[in-house]
Amino acid sequence: MIKEYLLLDKIEGPLIFLSGVRDAAYDEMVNIRIKGEESVKKGRVVLIDEDRVVIQVFGSTTGFSVNNVSIRFTGQPMTISLSPNMLGRTFDGTGRVIDGAGEIYGGKKADINSRPINPVDRIYPRNFIQTGISSIDLLMTLIRGQKLPIFSGSGLPHNELAVQIINQAKIASDNGREFAMVFAAMGVKHDDADYFRRSFMQSGVMERVVMFINTADDPIVERITTPRCALTAAEYLAFELGMHILVIMTDMTSYCEALREISSSREEIPSRKGYPGYLYSDLASLYERAGMMKGKKGSITQIPILTMPNDDITHPVPDLTGFITEGQIVLSRDLYQSGIYPPINILPSLSRLMKDGIGEEYTRGDHPEVADQIFSAYSKVREVVDLAQVIGEDELSETDRKYLEFGKRFEETFIRQRPDENREIYDTLNLAWELLSILPAGELNRIKPETLEKYYRK
Amino acid sequence: MNIKKGRISMVNGPVIKGTGMKGFQMREMVLAGPRRLIGEVVSIEGESATIQVYEESEGLKAGQDILSTGKPLSLKLGPGIIGNIFDGIQRPLKSIHEMSPGFLPAGIGLISLDEEREWETKLTVSEGQYLTQGQVFGEVQETASILHKLMVPPGIEGKVEYTAPDGSYNISQVLVRLRKPDGELHELKMVQEWPVRIPRPVKERQPLQKPLITGQRILDMFFPIAKGGTAAIPGGFGTGKTMLQHQLAKWSDADIIIYVGCGERGNEMTEVLEDFPKLIDPRTKRSLMERTVLIANTSNMPVAAREASIYTGITLAEYYRDMGYHVAIMADSTSRWAEALREISGRLEEMPAEEGYPAYLPSRLAGFYERAGAVETLSGQEGSITIIGAVSPPGGDFSEPVTQNTKRFVGAFLALDRSLAYARHFPAVSWLSSYTGYIDHLADWYSDNVAHDAFAIRTRMLKLLHEETKLMEIVKLVGEDVLPDDQRWILEVARLIKNGFMSQNAYHNEDAYVPLSKQYRMISIIDYLYHRGMQAVKKGIPVSVVRNGELFEKLFRMKYNIPNDRLELFDGLERDIDSFYDNLENKYSDDFEKVKQ
Repeated sequence: MIKEYLLLDKIEGPLIFLSGVRDAAYDEMVNIRIKGEESVKKGRVVLIDEDRVVIQVFGSTTGFSVNNVSIRFTGQPMTISLSPNMLGRTFDGTGRVIDGAGEIYGGKKADINSRPINPVDRIYPRNFIQTGISSIDLLMTLIRGQKLPIFSGSGLPHNELAVQIINQAKIASDNGREFAMVFAAMGVKHDDADYFRRSFMQSGVMERVVMFINTADDPIVERITTPRCALTAAEYLAFELGMHILVIMTDMTSYCEALREISSSREEIPSRKGYPGYLYSDLASLYERAGMMKGKKGSITQIPILTMPNDDITHPVPDLTGFITEGQIVLSRDLYQSGIYPPINILPSLSRLMKDGIGEEYTRGDHPEVADQIFSAYSKVREVVDLAQVIGEDELSETDRKYLEFGKRFEETFIRQRPDENREIYDTLNLAWELLSILPAGELNRIKPETLEKYYRK
Repeated sequence: MNIKKGRISMVNGPVIKGTGMKGFQMREMVLAGPRRLIGEVVSIEGESATIQVYEESEGLKAGQDILSTGKPLSLKLGPGIIGNIFDGIQRPLKSIHEMSPGFLPAGIGLISLDEEREWETKLTVSEGQYLTQGQVFGEVQETASILHKLMVPPGIEGKVEYTAPDGSYNISQVLVRLRKPDGELHELKMVQEWPVRIPRPVKERQPLQKPLITGQRILDMFFPIAKGGTAAIPGGFGTGKTMLQHQLAKWSDADIIIYVGCGERGNEMTEVLEDFPKLIDPRTKRSLMERTVLIANTSNMPVAAREASIYTGITLAEYYRDMGYHVAIMADSTSRWAEALREISGRLEEMPAEEGYPAYLPSRLAGFYERAGAVETLSGQEGSITIIGAVSPPGGDFSEPVTQNTKRFVGAFLALDRSLAYARHFPAVSWLSSYTGYIDHLADWYSDNVAHDAFAIRTRMLKLLHEETKLMEIVKLVGEDVLPDDQRWILEVARLIKNGFMSQNAYHNEDAYVPLSKQYRMISIIDYLYHRGMQAVKKGIPVSVVRNGELFEKLFRMKYNIPNDRLELFDGLERDIDSFYDNLENKYSDDFEKVKQ
């Protein structure tokens, strides 16, 4: 017999408290109905203390009173329905269809929290994904099964960059049928959500995209479940249907803020900047769902996007993200303001997996050395630029002036790229050599003499 | 043993409370709910107790059972540990994979070492012999590199009444029976149990005298770590903590490596699992996996088990140390462990201290690092545990509590620097903010085994690098050209030390691991060049000539061009330096003469 509970103790923000409950399970879902209304809201058990239970409500608690709702426990954790027909469809943060094209029937149900992958069952990611963007391909190569976030700031073109990666990424091995995308938007503006939808339509990939949208005015509790629903869909497509999935999650900062809001209404002890102490574990439970598994054909590659508050990379959200993800692509306001797109600041950017996915077997033999040399030369450029500001360009030594020229040409021709410009990796490498050849050969000490012999242009 | 039973009253993530828990002990291991989730009692108040659960608590209900096990969270110690990969509470991930491939299932239960596997055992004691604690009674060849010694558990002694014949046994068969002084019979098996939070006893601590040779130049020559010492590697994300830890795990001259992946990335553990079996230990010429134990509690695995994983690692290390091995344990990262403490502490509603960390953070850190040391074991052997802990300070800010408290308890501090990492200078160990407290301990060893002037050169070179930093402040304002020649020569040589000596390529065959003998030749030849060049500069020869491109090029590339086993090639380099500067000085002294005339 299913019991209904009709009396609440307390309502606070998205949380409701009730007592006299028997047999509630931690993390199970409840159905909440306001008397006289048809629609059913959902909630989740977040704390059990003897017969008292705290429930987190999905959606708003507006209109709730202590005695006008009825609550039923389902005995199930939160699940979503999965089926191959999800492709091309749009859902809200709890997995309900919102594109007006009718329900999806059939398929299977899965717990949105999934379970951690056994490290023994992972396959170490090694396959190079060409994005056609020179700075990414050469210097922070994306690898299939990697989680590589974009660290951006408000007003920077991270959405454009994400769309360009999606349009150009050669993620499918042989044919496009194995490739699909899952897009999760948390707390984004309506026009941003719309921008992505239009871009997918224009480039004709829409029927290969599953969208989970939680806009800035949607309930914050659903912001917590949005990426979990999206990743559950991704795991289904990748590990059960064998597809290569690219997951875009934006904006992780809004997600973390939602987490903070709920944490503070639960009166938890805050750690840095008011974020809950479990922020790291919580983010890890999302990011670690990227990867490849033994005995499964598909893969999940994640590109989370986050905006750094005040462009501060040491803010808890980018900081904790950087500790979990396998590198980061950092956008720079300076470059953007000097008119360079994509404004990728290569020095703090990094791909931890690229060392095993580039070189002879995957791209070209000289790739690792060239990348190393560019990083080292460009960091020298930054020093020279600082010096030139103090003593003036004319006072610089001959070599330093060469560095200055290299730096300028590097930003203008290598980093700068049109939003529809798709460069092959060989073109990128040749361009890099053209630029390195500005510098005297003696300065290129990260490159082996035989490689230098082969590619350096005197 | 009668099983005590309590009842779940509260569930809040990994923390649950139970009532009716009279007779449960502090730190006792318990099983909660119908899936028998493993937990540990962390506080007791009257009849109720708080428990941290090592598995996902999803689905637990108030009113469900909590069962006692009567013992604290313990490990099973015996053959089968080396080469294995465990989760934070010693459950073998490979066996879990065989039970249920793919995602980790819920409610795995308590499994540990393989009970079925039989080991070829040789017994080394005979009837009538009197055995004391820690004494070896048998041997098992665990892997080709490691001889596993079976020891009498601490606290047990007695006269041997029975020994099994040599042969194949599994870990729970009785091998020896002892008659204890109180007349009771005690059965010795291969396996023994030990609670993770209690250090295993030793006879006495020994002074630290030998270095842990890592093959990494900046460590061995500039910031050496003693065997039995402790080191912390702090660094923001992307500065190469994990890379350096992997390098140390691969090339350190410890007998056994315990690598604890505590709250880190799943793919990193997979990388170790894929790489290590293929790599060859330069000393034993066997696969590195034959001396390595992995403990993987990745960031998305339950947080309470992350807290336990550090203790699991150190307890395994102590067990092998007791056999007389030199063990090194890499903990990556201790910050995740501290954060797990904080997370659980928050859920226990304890009063927070600095940045939300519990007030007992320093004492827990101290308790962990103090389990390192060089010792005489109970059986009179020499063994050691070296702890190398990575620290991940938020925002790369070393003033945060975990870094600061760690600093108090470690002997060597290898600070990783973000600007070095940005320029892809690896290992990005900063020579300005790093330090080691082991120079005095190791001075004799270096002088006997490397060269009498090894540390003298070290001091000279470090001084030079400090000088360079000061000069660079000036250069930033006025440019390099206006400095006097002797200072410009310092800058040139400092550059050579940084690029030619300190930066080391982990992916280059010759450079990934460099023996001490070559390290010494490299640094001493740079020292020699500095000396000869400085002489020339002092004689008034301009620095632009003293810095010979060809010579510098040769020294820059000596790390790649001189193989680790062809050190005689350094003699040629030395001759090149001599002939160049001799010629130069002759030429200029002639010129100076002419000018005078």
